[in-house]
Amino acid sequence: MLELLITYPVAIAALSLIVPRYQVRSWLLPLGAAPHLGLSILLVCDYFPSYGNWIGLDALSKLVLVTTSILFLGCAIYAVGYLDIRRDRGNKVMVPCLLIFLSAMTLAIVARHLGLMWFAVEATTIASAPLIYFNFNRLSIEATWKYLLICSVGIALAMLGIMFIAYSTLGIAAPVSLHLDALLRSAPKMSQPWLHAGFIFLLVGFGTKMGLAPLHTWKPDAYGEAPGLVGALLAGGLTSVAFLAILRGLQIMTAAGDGAMARQALLGMGLLSLLIAAIFMVRQPDIKRLLAYSSVEHMGLLAIGVSMGGIATFGAMLHLINNAFTKGGLFLTAGNIQRSFGSKSLSEVRGAIVALPISGTLFLMGFLAITGSPPFGPFISEFTILRGIFTSDNIVIGTLVLLFLAVVFIGMGATVLSATQGEPGDKPAQFFDRPLLYISPLCFMVMVLIIGIYIPESLQAALQRAAALLEVQP
Amino acid sequence: MTELTNPILLMVILINYFTLGSARLGACIRVVALQGALLALLPLATHGLTGHSLMLAGGTLALKGILIPWLLLRAIREVRIRREIEPLVGYVPTLILGALTTAGSFIFADFLPLFGHHSGGLHVPTALATMLAGFLLLITRRKAITQVLGYLMLENGIFIFGVLLSEAMPLMVEAGVLLDLLVAIFVMGIVLNRINREFSTINTERLSALKE
Repeated sequence: MLELLITYPVAIAALSLIVPRYQVRSWLLPLGAAPHLGLSILLVCDYFPSYGNWIGLDALSKLVLVTTSILFLGCAIYAVGYLDIRRDRGNKVMVPCLLIFLSAMTLAIVARHLGLMWFAVEATTIASAPLIYFNFNRLSIEATWKYLLICSVGIALAMLGIMFIAYSTLGIAAPVSLHLDALLRSAPKMSQPWLHAGFIFLLVGFGTKMGLAPLHTWKPDAYGEAPGLVGALLAGGLTSVAFLAILRGLQIMTAAGDGAMARQALLGMGLLSLLIAAIFMVRQPDIKRLLAYSSVEHMGLLAIGVSMGGIATFGAMLHLINNAFTKGGLFLTAGNIQRSFGSKSLSEVRGAIVALPISGTLFLMGFLAITGSPPFGPFISEFTILRGIFTSDNIVIGTLVLLFLAVVFIGMGATVLSATQGEPGDKPAQFFDRPLLYISPLCFMVMVLIIGIYIPESLQAALQRAAALLEVQP
Repeated sequence: MTELTNPILLMVILINYFTLGSARLGACIRVVALQGALLALLPLATHGLTGHSLMLAGGTLALKGILIPWLLLRAIREVRIRREIEPLVGYVPTLILGALTTAGSFIFADFLPLFGHHSGGLHVPTALATMLAGFLLLITRRKAITQVLGYLMLENGIFIFGVLLSEAMPLMVEAGVLLDLLVAIFVMGIVLNRINREFSTINTERLSALKE
């Protein structure tokens, strides 16, 4: 059934190439996404066997798969409305690229072979480049060029990392294999210097894709220039996928008994990401670039969470879900605001709540959620991560994280409040809220709110199983 | 094995320096093509004349030695550029940096023990040095085409290391390195074409509207 999950979106993408009607082609997106989500849920609940040598699901990938699939469905519904008002740009490229992007992300999530996973992550880069270039202007071409070049270099480094890990198993009598299960079994006997170097290259490579500082430089440009729904998919979906790839490396390192070194590297990059994000978010005049730096910040939090281990890892797993949905809601509403004001800069955007009552309010709610205010989900997950840091006696790190979070809150608050509050200028609004364009962010925010108030028993258990995979095995 | 491979690898390192120090784009593309052709000899020199290494050599020669350089040469002929103007960092400083990174690669490679008949080969330091030279080219030059060239050298470096693994993991290395390269260069080519049409130049310094 897993094969179907990967091939189905591709089949719909092929179908979209021959469908002549514009509106029908747009509706193919939800038609591809809804069964994908249904099937994912069935697979996650173990209705079908889903464990193979090449592709398979474990607790970690189940978590990322469902999150990505829900996010994509929301963005697909939004896309129908968005493409309807963007008839000038057409949807002949957007629809198939989005579906192939979904397929590549799914493959990257379920892959249990490092080479296959690498191939899938590479495919996501290629499939998303035309999406970033959607607007066809000078700024979007600049963003696409940076995205392609930096991510290609990153992905090449990840490949070197995988080769190093493969080389580290050469000394063992068994044949060289990149299957995750085989690697985890043979990890204690691997050649340590090669494994360490391999992990570092893997971290740098997939870290570029995930947007950890100092390899985040493509992020503000790409997120800023891409349409809101593409930003939502990149910030919520693709980053989670890249994070999963890094976690695979961490799993191997932990199995080899070198988890401590891997965690230190993650901690360093996580703290640096928080610092960089905090610096660039203060007085940031562009709402989409602001969201991009916020994404860098939350990638940093994820890295810090898993680097601490214990309860912080659990918090990081929860934060992965919260981040995906909150960022989804934020980027989609930011897209609406940009459409209404014809700009994403603070010099033009003012009084978004008056101009767009629903999108503006959701955007403000999203800001409160992402900065960790109760009663939203990220509050719970950030609090858990912080508790994990303080209970493991890392007072300095904990204080630093708190400080950066406070700076981010103030910086982001200044921009978001002046964008949403006040009176809009006298320029006539070009766009008003319409159901297809606010239903998805509304659902995302409701989900984040529910997670913040009550975490169902089954989700709790799933998170614990995922976190347990990253701990030292007895 | 080492008496055959090491001269090839040393020539690869010399070519790195040439690209770092030269302003003429055409010449740079040609020597990178030569580097690709030298790399095609590497599987043969490392693993001997087997069917598998012949196949790998053929693929490498066709792609790295002929096809991609030809595409790049055609691109610079179309947009009529010959020289790199004002790199972000001068040629002499880049050369010095190149020398430093090469020395660093040799030191770093000492910490990585080679297995069996690989020992004594210069594969690892050359791979790292070539990657770093490509990386330097990427970050110090303004022309989009030189950046593509840097990416190409980065991939060459990874290929040099991949040769060590090509016996242990047949197909994996070939599929990875060659596919990656072909697809990436293809997509970059399309974007390059767009940049040219939009800005009437392929200088990436014009691509500077997006910054803080």
